[in-house]
Amino acid sequence: MRGYLAYFAKRFGQFALVVFIGVNLAYVITHATPIDPVEQSIAVVTSFGNTAPEAIEHMRRSLQELYGLKGTPWEQYVTFWSRILRGDFGPSLSAFPTPVAALIARALPWTAGLLIVSTLITWVLGNLLGGLAGYYQKNRSLKLMGVVAMALHPVPYYIVALALLVAFGFLWPILPIGGGSAMNVPQGWNWPFVSSVVTHSILPALSLILLGLGSWFLGMRSLVSNVVTEDYVIYAEVAGVDSRRILGSYVMRNALVPQVTGLAMSLGGIFNGAVITEKVFGYPGLGSLLVDAVYAGDYGLVLGVTTVSILGVSVCVLVIDLLYPLLDPRVQVT
Amino acid sequence: MLAILRDLLKYNVEFRIGIVLVGCVVVMAALSFVSPYSPIDVYVAAPDVPPSAAHWFGTTSRGQDVFWQLTFALRNTLLFGVVVALLSRVISLVVGLLAGYKGGWVDRVLMSFNDTFIIIPLFPILILFYFVLRDSMSWVLLAVIMACLGWAYDARLIRSVAMSLKTREFTQTSLFSGMTTREILTREHLPYVMPIVFSTTMNNMNWSIGLEVTLSVLGFTDINTPTIGGMIYWANQHTAIVAGVWWWIAFPVIFIVMAFVGLYLLAVSMNEYIDPRSRLARMGGAG
Repeated sequence: MRGYLAYFAKRFGQFALVVFIGVNLAYVITHATPIDPVEQSIAVVTSFGNTAPEAIEHMRRSLQELYGLKGTPWEQYVTFWSRILRGDFGPSLSAFPTPVAALIARALPWTAGLLIVSTLITWVLGNLLGGLAGYYQKNRSLKLMGVVAMALHPVPYYIVALALLVAFGFLWPILPIGGGSAMNVPQGWNWPFVSSVVTHSILPALSLILLGLGSWFLGMRSLVSNVVTEDYVIYAEVAGVDSRRILGSYVMRNALVPQVTGLAMSLGGIFNGAVITEKVFGYPGLGSLLVDAVYAGDYGLVLGVTTVSILGVSVCVLVIDLLYPLLDPRVQVT
Repeated sequence: MLAILRDLLKYNVEFRIGIVLVGCVVVMAALSFVSPYSPIDVYVAAPDVPPSAAHWFGTTSRGQDVFWQLTFALRNTLLFGVVVALLSRVISLVVGLLAGYKGGWVDRVLMSFNDTFIIIPLFPILILFYFVLRDSMSWVLLAVIMACLGWAYDARLIRSVAMSLKTREFTQTSLFSGMTTREILTREHLPYVMPIVFSTTMNNMNWSIGLEVTLSVLGFTDINTPTIGGMIYWANQHTAIVAGVWWWIAFPVIFIVMAFVGLYLLAVSMNEYIDPRSRLARMGGAG
């Protein structure tokens, strides 16, 4: 029991550190640069027409208050943290007066759904196929899969998303290439809406899956091909244990342990990929929200999405870390 | 060094393919030095000409020759990857060697920071940088920022090698002969981690080039420096796919994919060479 407690304490400590450093990075980037977000926002607003100087001065003061840019750096820092803890990022400038928090709350389920489903599919499928490829090393089609995985794995998300977009949007238009659901279907828990969400998410999910599959496949294949040379596997074979049971309970189970750590370590990168994939397919998630907010010069929204992404990814990593002892009981004794 | 190269060429098909792919890309980038056009000039050729004898890869809607534009773009993009990789190698070597050799609380503190940088999604952070810096976001600044963010994964790999070096006898000998920590790390341990530094360099280049392409495609970098992402950005601005100017997007994509796959194969084959088990299996199998 003490082993578990020490493990959980350590993981929570790491989680707190990630959030602390992430939020501080966001603070330093936005506050320590020579460019003033208030002046930028004013430039965006005033570029549409003539505005009276008094009105600009008034806007400058209210924006400073809104963005928590008043007072000494220390006061600003405290305001910054209290806003994050309360989940209050002020109103969005590009979708005024909708609060940033509401926009994020609307986009978050889309990103979370897309990411969780596609990451789970990728991880399970990649490890399963990789495990089989490492165990049955002579199999032709599994070998071919390794070659494909190697060629596909290093390509950046944008290129694959673009290729899928061209393939299924222009050359063979069978799938919707933009948006999260069909425009003419009202949102709700009914079949037309759910099915339209599923068909709209096929291409974004497919590009995430295609790219992610390779690294799990290759990693698992090399792990398994190392494990099969261990003494206990040879012993089990000599003792006549069913080969499927050897693969499932002895080889795969041991090889999976580093892959779970790997999943926690690569979530940040997967999120990076999701941002660009969403933008390519016009998927209404956090990624599209972030990119559009930059185009619109919406300071509060950019800061809000960045902070929520850091929080979201670190919470997911924490969840994986907390599930880890289920797979690896050795945590108890270390 | 030459013997290693000969062995890799002889026994490792991935290495051979990787060398050919990276070689093609490097030759292409080197051709930029003999380009008849300046990379920032527009309307120097007839716009929207399909690939022909005069313009091998066609011309863009901005009146640029795709072939020569691509040579500049590849040069800048590769150079960007190299700069980020070299700068971030310094950080990951210092952190990795120090954490592995010192152990104890130094190791714990360094690795906590290390894992933090692995977990934090860096793309939103980079976008935040662009958002506040806007036009002052230059090519060099982006390289420095990415080097400061992208060292963590490789530092962990270097640390794992350094940890095993610490238990070797020569480390004790150097310690007893009065060498300082700095001397032990730079003179004794550094040569042993060089192979893994080489292979992580390739992977790091892929990482940084991938992010750079993504950022420039969105227009979040200095769009006047020709890079692969920048080319795709301008092609998208002129709706090249819809307009049927496919060569404007296809050729940059083909060459950047060649660079990615080539670099990755080099990294993989070097990794395999470092591990004596897989190296012997391959050499035995081939010979």
